[in-house]
Amino acid sequence: MTLCQLFLQPDAAYACISELGELGIVQFRDLNPNVNSFQRKFVNEVRRCEEMERKLRFLETEIKKDELPIYDPEDNPDAPKPREMIDLEATFEKLDHELKEINTNADALLRNFNELTELKHNLQMTQGFFDEAQAHPVGVLEDMAGEREIELGGQTTATAGMKLGFITGVIPRERMVTFERMLWRVCRGNVFVKQADIPDLIEDPLTGEKVHKTVFVVFFQGEQLKNRVQKICEGFRANIYPCPENPHERRELAMGVMTRLDDLTVVLSQTQDHRQRVLAATSRNLRTWQIKVKKIKAIYHTMNMFNNDVARKCFIAECWAPVSELDRIQLALRKGSEASGGGTVSSVLNRMITREQPPTHHKLNKFTQGFQNLVDAYGVATYREINPMPFVLITFPFLFAVMFGDAGHGLIVSVFALWMVIKERSLKDKWRTQEVWTIFFGGRYIILLMGLFSIYTGLIYNDVFSKSLNIFGSSWRVKFGDEILNRRDIDTVQLEPTPYNYSGTREYQQMYSGTPYPFGLDPIWQVSENKITFTNSVKMKFAIIIGIIQMGFGVFLSLWNHLHFNHRYAIYLEFLPQIIFLACIFFYLIILIFYKWTHFDGLVSTQAPSLLIQLINMILLSYPTEPESSRTFYSGQRGVQTALIIFAVICIPWMLLGKPIYRIIMNKRRANYSTVTNHTENAEHEIDEQTHENESTKKRGVVLDVDLRDTDTDDILDDDHLHQQHHQTEVEMSEVWVEQGIHTIEYFLGCISHTASYLRLWALSLAHAQLSEVLWQMVLHIGLSTNGYAGSILTFLVFMPWSCLTVFILLLMEGLSAFLHALRLHWVEFQSKFYKGEGYPFIPFSFRLLLDEVPIEG
Amino acid sequence: MEKFGIAVIVFTVFWSLIGIVLPFFIPKGPNRRLIQVMLMLTSACCYLFWLCFYLHQWKPLFGPQLTSSDARILRSLWGTDF
Repeated sequence: MTLCQLFLQPDAAYACISELGELGIVQFRDLNPNVNSFQRKFVNEVRRCEEMERKLRFLETEIKKDELPIYDPEDNPDAPKPREMIDLEATFEKLDHELKEINTNADALLRNFNELTELKHNLQMTQGFFDEAQAHPVGVLEDMAGEREIELGGQTTATAGMKLGFITGVIPRERMVTFERMLWRVCRGNVFVKQADIPDLIEDPLTGEKVHKTVFVVFFQGEQLKNRVQKICEGFRANIYPCPENPHERRELAMGVMTRLDDLTVVLSQTQDHRQRVLAATSRNLRTWQIKVKKIKAIYHTMNMFNNDVARKCFIAECWAPVSELDRIQLALRKGSEASGGGTVSSVLNRMITREQPPTHHKLNKFTQGFQNLVDAYGVATYREINPMPFVLITFPFLFAVMFGDAGHGLIVSVFALWMVIKERSLKDKWRTQEVWTIFFGGRYIILLMGLFSIYTGLIYNDVFSKSLNIFGSSWRVKFGDEILNRRDIDTVQLEPTPYNYSGTREYQQMYSGTPYPFGLDPIWQVSENKITFTNSVKMKFAIIIGIIQMGFGVFLSLWNHLHFNHRYAIYLEFLPQIIFLACIFFYLIILIFYKWTHFDGLVSTQAPSLLIQLINMILLSYPTEPESSRTFYSGQRGVQTALIIFAVICIPWMLLGKPIYRIIMNKRRANYSTVTNHTENAEHEIDEQTHENESTKKRGVVLDVDLRDTDTDDILDDDHLHQQHHQTEVEMSEVWVEQGIHTIEYFLGCISHTASYLRLWALSLAHAQLSEVLWQMVLHIGLSTNGYAGSILTFLVFMPWSCLTVFILLLMEGLSAFLHALRLHWVEFQSKFYKGEGYPFIPFSFRLLLDEVPIEG
Repeated sequence: MEKFGIAVIVFTVFWSLIGIVLPFFIPKGPNRRLIQVMLMLTSACCYLFWLCFYLHQWKPLFGPQLTSSDARILRSLWGTDF
C-alpha cells in the first residue's frame, strides 16, 4: 500500500476519475477537511445531481403506481461526460413536467366524472320520487313513519298542490341516519325526507375512495327552512345538486349528463393510455439513468476532495493504492486523459513516502468475504500483520461442529446452505429489506462449511437425531447368562471392558473385542445408561487437546509476525518464553492424555491416574501416595515434572523483564551514538529515494514536483523501506513497564483460563445431545412406539411438533449459540496470542461498491 | 491387535493423502495458497478428532451399563460372538 499523489489537468480530471471509479482500487483522501460542504468547488454540480435524482425518484414512484416492470440494464453504463449531464437534465425536466401535467389533468377529469356520476344517480332517483308522488298523492302521507308526522296535517303534499321547495343531494350512506335526525330536530319536524340508496359504489370526488352513497330529497316550505336545510347539508358535507322541477327539463338534463359522461370516459381512457406510454418509455431507461446519475454524483464528490492548485492550474489528489496495482492505475489515467481530448500534458501519478499508517487491504472473493467479516468484526488487522482469516476459515466451522455434533441436523443445515449457494444469483436481490435473511444469505458459505463439518463430527459422535448408526458392528457383546439377565431384582448389568480371556471366575467372559469401533463412538453407548460418563471423558480431553493446539498455533503466528516486522528482539524476549511456558505445562498435559489412553485398561482401572489431580499436584509440587489415582505413574515422573515447572516459572520474569530492559539498553545506545551519524545515514537514504523517484517518474511523463514528506526522523512505514530497529522513537519507560506487565499477566493467566475455556466445546455438545435425546424420548417416540393404525396416525401428528422443535430449538437456537461460542473462542482465546487488530479498512472509490451498497429498488 | 492397526493405518493414510499429498496437485491460480491451507487444516483437525475418539475407546476403563431387557435384546440380536 502506498500513498500517491495525482496531478490532474482540469479538463481531464473528470474522465480520469471516471476511469478510476470503474477500476475501483484507490482510496482518496480528503484534502479539504476543514471546508464546509457548501463551500466546496463542485457544490453546484452535486446539487444538480441531487435534483436529477429527485426527479428520477418521482418517475420511479409513478411507474411503480402503475405496476409497470422496470428493466435492469444489461451492461454497466459508463459515467456520462459533463456535457451529457446537461442533456440528461433537460430530458428529466421534460419528463417530469409532462408527467405532472398528465396527473393534474387526470385528477381534474376524474373529479368531474365523479360529480357527473353522482348527478346522474341523483336525477334518476329524484325522477323516481316524483313519479311516485304523482302516482300516489295520498300515499306520500301514508308513507311517512310515525315519527315523521308533518304538521301540515291533512293537507296534500303533492308538489303540484303546495308550493314546496326541495333540495336534492347525495350523502354517504353511513351519515344518512344522523343527517335525518338532525334535520328533524333543527326543523322541528317541518321537513320531509325521502332517500334511496345508490346500489353501486361511487368514488367520492373529494376523497377518491369508493363509498356507498344515498340520494335524498328534502321537502320544505319557506325560506327559513330552506336556509336551515342548506346549512345542515353543508355541515354534513352532502353534495347538493340542482334539480329542475319540470320533468321535461329533468329529462333533458339527464340526457345531457349521459352524453357528457360518455365523452369524459373516452377522454379519461385516452389520458391513461398516454400516461402508460410515457411511463413505459421511461421504464426502459430508468435504471440506466439512475446508475449514470449516481456515478456523476460520486465523481463530483470525489473531486470536491481535491486540492485546486491555481498556480499550476491542475488538481492535486492524494490516494492510497496497492503497490501491485500502480500499473493499472497509470493505464486508467492515460485512458482518461486521452478520452478528454488528449492534451499536451498527461496526468501524473507520484508515489509519496509518509509516516502514516496505510489502510489494510485484503484481496477477497465471495467465499472468503464472509470469514473476513467475522475477523474484522473484532478489529481490522494492523497494516501488514498476519491475517487470521485463512485459518479461521476452517477452524471456526470445525469448532462449531464439535459443539453442534449431530449428523442429521448437520445435513439439514448443509442442504439449506447449499440451496442458498446454488441459487446465489437469483436470491441475491430478493428480500433485501429483510435483515435476518440478508444475514443468513451473506453467511451462506460459512453455514455450508459449518453444516459439512457437523455431518462429520455427528458421524464420529455417532449421533443422528439422537440415534446411533451401527455400520461396522459393535465391539461389545452381551455375554451374561440367563441366570443374571432374568433375575427380577437386577435392573442393570454392566459389561466388562477387559479384553483378554482373564482366567478368573467362571462367569467372566470377554465382552469387549479388544478393537475399538473403527469410525467414531461405538453404537452400544447410545443404548446404555452411563453414556454420558463415557462421552464426557473423551469430549473433555479432546476439547483440551484442540484448545492447546490452537493456542500454540496462535503463538507461532506471532512468531511469523515478528519475523515479518523484523522485531528480532521480540522473538527471543516474547515468543520464546511464551512457547516454552505453553509447552512445559500444556503440551506435557497432552502427552499425559495420550499416555493414559494407551497404557491403562480395564484391568488396572482403579490405578488409572486422574489427570486433573496430577496437573494440580505438579504445580503444587506435592506427590501424595494416597489415593491411588494421585500417585505417580511412571518412573522419574517427579524429576521430570519438577524440571518442567522450573522452566515454566523462569519464563515469567523472562517475559516480564526482557523487553523493558532491552528498551533501556537501546535508548542508552542511541544516546551514545552521535547525531551526525544518524543524519548522514538518513541523508543517504533520502538521496537514494530521490534518484529512484526521478528515474521512474521520467518514464511517466512530465514531472511537476517530487514531494517527499519529512524524513529526518524515525519510523517510515512505507512498504519497501522497512527500517531497522535503531530508528525507534523514544517512549516513556514507565509506559513500557506497565504495558509489558499487562502483557505478561494477560498471557500467563490467560494460558490457564483459556485452556479451561475450551471446555465449552464439551459443554455445548453435551447440551445439544441431551436436547436432541429429549425431543426423541418425549415427542417422536410416542408416535413410533404405539402399535397399529393408531400408531401411524399418531406418528403423523407427532411429526409436526417434533420437526418444529428440531428446527427452532436445535437448529436455530443451538446453532446460534454454538456459532457465538466458536466465534468467542476465536476472538479471545486464539487471536489474543498474536493479533493486534488496530488497522482501518481500505475502502476504495469504486462504482461497483457504490451501486451494490445502495439497493436501487426499495 | 491387527484390526486396531488396520484402522489406524487406513485413516492415517487417507488424511495424510488429503493433507500432505493433495496440496501439491492444486492447479496454479490466485487461490492456490488458500486451498492448500484449507486442505492441510481440514485434514489435521478431522484426523485428530477421529484419533482421539479411537484411542479413547481402545482401552476403556469401564463398560456400558444396560438395562436387563436391553441386554437380553442385544444378546439375541448380535449374538455372543464377535
